[in-house]
Amino acid sequence: MSIFNPSLNLFNCYLEALPPDWPGGFWLHLGLFVVIILAFVLAMIMGFIWFERRGIGRFQVRLGPNRVGPFGLLQPVADAIKILIKEDIIPAKGDKWVHWLAPVVAFVPALMIFAVVPFQDGALLADLNIGILYVVAISSVSVVGIFMAGWGSNNKFSLIGAMRTVAQAVSYEIPVVLSIIGVVLIAGSLSMNEIVKAQSIPFILLQPLGFLIYFIGACAEINRTPFDLLEAESEIVAGYHTEYSGMKFALFYLVEYTEVLAVSAIITTLFLGGWRGPVLPPVLWFLIKVVAVFFLIFWVRSTIPRIRVDQLMAFAWKCLLPLALINLFITGIEVVVLPEALPWTIIFLNLAIMAVLIVLWSKFFRLGGGRVEV
Amino acid sequence: MAIKTEPFVINIGPQHPSTHGVFRMRLTLDGEVIIDVEPILGYLHRGIEKLAEGRTYTQNIPFTDRLDYLASMSNNLAYVLAVEKLAGTPVPERAEYLRVIMAELQRIASHLVGVGAFLNDCGAFMTPFLYMFREREKILDLFEMVCGQRLTYNYMRVGGISQDVPEEFLPALKKFVLQMPGFIDEYDQLLAENEILLARAKGVGILPRELAINTSASGPVLRASGVKWDIRKADPYSIYDRFEFDIPTGNFGDCYDRYRVRIQEMRQSVRILKQAMEQLPQGEVRSDVPHLIRPPVGEAYGHIEAPKGELGFYLVSDNSIAPYRFHIRAPTLINLTALRDMMIGWKVADAIIIFGSIDICLAEVDR
Repeated sequence: MSIFNPSLNLFNCYLEALPPDWPGGFWLHLGLFVVIILAFVLAMIMGFIWFERRGIGRFQVRLGPNRVGPFGLLQPVADAIKILIKEDIIPAKGDKWVHWLAPVVAFVPALMIFAVVPFQDGALLADLNIGILYVVAISSVSVVGIFMAGWGSNNKFSLIGAMRTVAQAVSYEIPVVLSIIGVVLIAGSLSMNEIVKAQSIPFILLQPLGFLIYFIGACAEINRTPFDLLEAESEIVAGYHTEYSGMKFALFYLVEYTEVLAVSAIITTLFLGGWRGPVLPPVLWFLIKVVAVFFLIFWVRSTIPRIRVDQLMAFAWKCLLPLALINLFITGIEVVVLPEALPWTIIFLNLAIMAVLIVLWSKFFRLGGGRVEV
Repeated sequence: MAIKTEPFVINIGPQHPSTHGVFRMRLTLDGEVIIDVEPILGYLHRGIEKLAEGRTYTQNIPFTDRLDYLASMSNNLAYVLAVEKLAGTPVPERAEYLRVIMAELQRIASHLVGVGAFLNDCGAFMTPFLYMFREREKILDLFEMVCGQRLTYNYMRVGGISQDVPEEFLPALKKFVLQMPGFIDEYDQLLAENEILLARAKGVGILPRELAINTSASGPVLRASGVKWDIRKADPYSIYDRFEFDIPTGNFGDCYDRYRVRIQEMRQSVRILKQAMEQLPQGEVRSDVPHLIRPPVGEAYGHIEAPKGELGFYLVSDNSIAPYRFHIRAPTLINLTALRDMMIGWKVADAIIIFGSIDICLAEVDR
């Protein structure tokens, strides 16, 4: 089975020059893409951290970091150096091994998601025919690392943060997966590359509700505001990484941004047409879309307050889950009944259905309440 | 099968991002639900009441700055009012007006911090906080203009104020007063109707009317519970009886009401500022007061409606140059009385916003 698609492009044109049955081609491809992914992820995270800090600075009527390098561009580097020379502390009564292993367990799966993200047509580490299923499976492994951190720290804030994470991840996984299935139904494939190829119009237009559900659910899964309960600074200090310092803390920091990057990349791939776009080269389109989604995520972060843990659960189970099921049902009907319909009819139909559903839900779904008699 | 759970205790504070200082809450939790709260105070105790007994009446004014450092002008005012009551000192008309202007500016500044910190506690990642600090900065600039300080002003004196305002103050104040309503509207547009904020704050941490009165809560905390009690109206001091303003009250006494009451009070303060600016007379700003004030033997209680509640100074004089007894009725300490009743049954996340909605200043609580 060939897990890579050797069509000619910027990333794997080397395959053209090699004899097609050369066994080293597989390893060359593997090695090259591991390097590309690592470089891409780390460089993008550096950029994201700078972009987010400057951007949030603007949102908050201040300047943001502007001292280190031009426009503060070297701020992430300075941060990284600072954090690397910090003392590495392990709590005296913590579980040493679990505490040590947690950042690794959290970081590796976050990085592994990129194995199936197509940067360009066929330019991906492994064109799995179950790509999106792999993403769903791998991305939930990070939670284990976070729970290990909470448990191994022997700190009550950490433990509360970790417990919140597990509950949150389990709840939001379901609407997220259901919203992905809508996309898969239309594309007719689970492979990330095939999904992009199927998007002659971006699926955000065909699946507006699915996009919203995925966006909200993914924000919750990667613990961004308004769902950043596990590290709710004003409540439980730093949540699961309260007891972490130095490189291990840096790894958790990386996990957070890698996951944001991953979600941006997946939203780009599933809903925004991936690398497709006119004029500019595909890789650039991919990057532009990823940055745009990231901008949306931190725009939300700097605008909206945080919701409470029980409201978070209620929102997932009572609001997102039914909406996702309805969306899946409607998409199924559309795929079966109207396969030849004009896309614009479906777009307007879906937008109308989304509007009606959201208005309906906002009428009879209310957050709030929550006092327990003791 | 019933799962057996055990309550466990967490300490919120004294070092914690959202205890507004060094307050400590010992929360007993059953899961995430609070079943007991024990506030622990005193980490910032500096013995100001005792220290004040060894200093002259004028020397004590800087101490009052260091009580609620977010409302130093109001503290100054409450203290000099008490001394003036004790010594029977007259205050020139212009000084009275300037005092009112400073106190109302201070109320806006303090409420800006209070509301901003509350929204921050709700998890709004610093944005509203920094928006509100933008306007607070303007007020601090005004204060810097009149007394050279930005936090501890030491501006009021027994029998007036330390110095007249500079020429550029009134135009700057006028500009601020014209801008401020627009800024308050901006805050409302940003978050007042936000679904998440409503879900978080509405109905949370209710302080019933009776309990509010019984615990002698005051200020926005009391008014949010629906009690129309404002010392500026109930027992007018200085020249507050000359101004027209309303007392905003809430209906339910929840966190959201306390937040709304503060926003409304800012609007009312702007109203008072407008009137005071128009009526401001010319003249002296300080009556002839000896350097060492020796009030006759007796006692006096001066109280004002400080931004955070009823701030009172109780002074006993033995005809010496220093007060014999100096007692502070700190509003936020007394507002904390009902903390436990407000928090029981809510979740950890709510504890933070309930605490934030009381808007305390630890320097005043522990003094």
